[in-house]
Amino acid sequence: MIRRLAAGAILLGIWTLAWLGAGRQSFMLPAPWDVANAFVDHWDLLAEHGAITLAEIFIGLFLGVGFGVLAALALALWRPAALWLWPLFVATQALPVFAIAPLLVLWLGYGLASKVAMAALIIFFPVASGFYDGLRRTDPDLLDLARTMNAGPLATLRQIRVPAALPGLASGLKVGAAVAPIGAVVGEWVGSSAGLGFLMLHANARLQVPLMFAALFLLATMAVILHAAIAACLRRALPWVHDTLDAPRP
Amino acid sequence: MNLIRLVPAKGRDPTMPDQARFPTIPPAVRVRRANLTLGQVPVFADLDFHAEAGRFTGILGPSGVGKTTLLRLIAGLIPPNGAEIGDDMGASLAGRVAWMAQKDLLLPWLPVIDNVCLGARLRGTPGGARGRASELLDAVGLGSRAKDRPDTLSGGQRQRVALARTLMEDRPVVLMDEPFSALDPLTRLSLQNLAATMLEGRTVVFVTHDPLEALRLGHRVIVLAGSPAVSRPIALPDEPWPRAADSPHVLAAQGEILRALAPEAAR
Repeated sequence: MIRRLAAGAILLGIWTLAWLGAGRQSFMLPAPWDVANAFVDHWDLLAEHGAITLAEIFIGLFLGVGFGVLAALALALWRPAALWLWPLFVATQALPVFAIAPLLVLWLGYGLASKVAMAALIIFFPVASGFYDGLRRTDPDLLDLARTMNAGPLATLRQIRVPAALPGLASGLKVGAAVAPIGAVVGEWVGSSAGLGFLMLHANARLQVPLMFAALFLLATMAVILHAAIAACLRRALPWVHDTLDAPRP
Repeated sequence: MNLIRLVPAKGRDPTMPDQARFPTIPPAVRVRRANLTLGQVPVFADLDFHAEAGRFTGILGPSGVGKTTLLRLIAGLIPPNGAEIGDDMGASLAGRVAWMAQKDLLLPWLPVIDNVCLGARLRGTPGGARGRASELLDAVGLGSRAKDRPDTLSGGQRQRVALARTLMEDRPVVLMDEPFSALDPLTRLSLQNLAATMLEGRTVVFVTHDPLEALRLGHRVIVLAGSPAVSRPIALPDEPWPRAADSPHVLAAQGEILRALAPEAAR
């Protein structure tokens, strides 16, 4: 705790020095206290738009994870799907989100739906990819054992392949949670009337740089808390997966 | 028979005499004309193998000679490629074989008892399996660990659970691929005794690197060597089974096997 506080203090010091070095121009680089003031002055605004972005992230996460899991299962169950669908999934990921965002706004409107779709699209791939990789890497010896026990393919999938692939799904989910805000905020930048991205765009246009910084901090904090919460849930849900870096096996 | 007391299977009347309770004599295992080439290397060329019904047959031999492949062939895990695999009548062994591997293959997300029930879970018939599973866990000395996760067990305990899971299948033929090779020597000896007690009466084929294990557990032991592999029986000391690890006859036989298999290691 003390170490974290010290690290925070050092960062604030560097920031203040940078502000001094840049000629104390708060419209270019605001001082830490300018940003703190912006937080206090515009708290209702930040909370309102932050809640919208958070909702977009959560719904996008839900849909992206759902479709990612279904896609991975479809690829594992039906091999021709892997041949035809997987390149398509990779292609959706190769297109920069900025390139798709205007289309989604055009199709789904300026409201929540287009941002949710952006977030879901960006979450989908790491989840599908992580889970699918896990499903492909089942220990062949386990599959042999299941065969000697006269297990059908569906039972083997449900009892062995899927649980064995959960650590892969968890990795994908953690990546998805970390990148989810990108989708939502990019969607808001391209066209919206609410959300942290919208707030940043407007603050930027009006040279309210401290407000812009406050919105950025809020977004980063939300992303870090979301990621930590999901990581903690996964640790609890998968107690047999050992973190060999932080918690060596007893 | 000891086995039956430990493993009361469903549908058998415990008041009937032993013969009637165990009506099916376990089948022998016969492999004829096994042929296999891996790349350019001939592994088997017209190899024949026979394991007597209700007995332990050990397969010894150097690494890479095809011991595990032979066992997988019997288990139906690889295509027979023209080989005849069955019992003495030529009937298929499908559904009559239980498999125990070198790795314990316990599912880390399932408690010990559910690991023992794995076969029933996979076949969608878990009803009533748990009662028998806990009896088997008691029999292997792990009754108190039924609800624990496998990662809390030692290597020897895990392999005991794997043995219970194998017995849970209640198949007349049991195939074991180096089942105790990952264990320390003392644990290995005690698990050999346990396996002998609990699997007695079934047709057991086991692969091992360890001459002592073959000598302790085998009613018959063959050595597989060469490329393509040739099988040759070895003489066993005339001692009560399972043979004692410290018996001078067993130790002498072990020395003989070592001299034959690894002449550079024996002086």
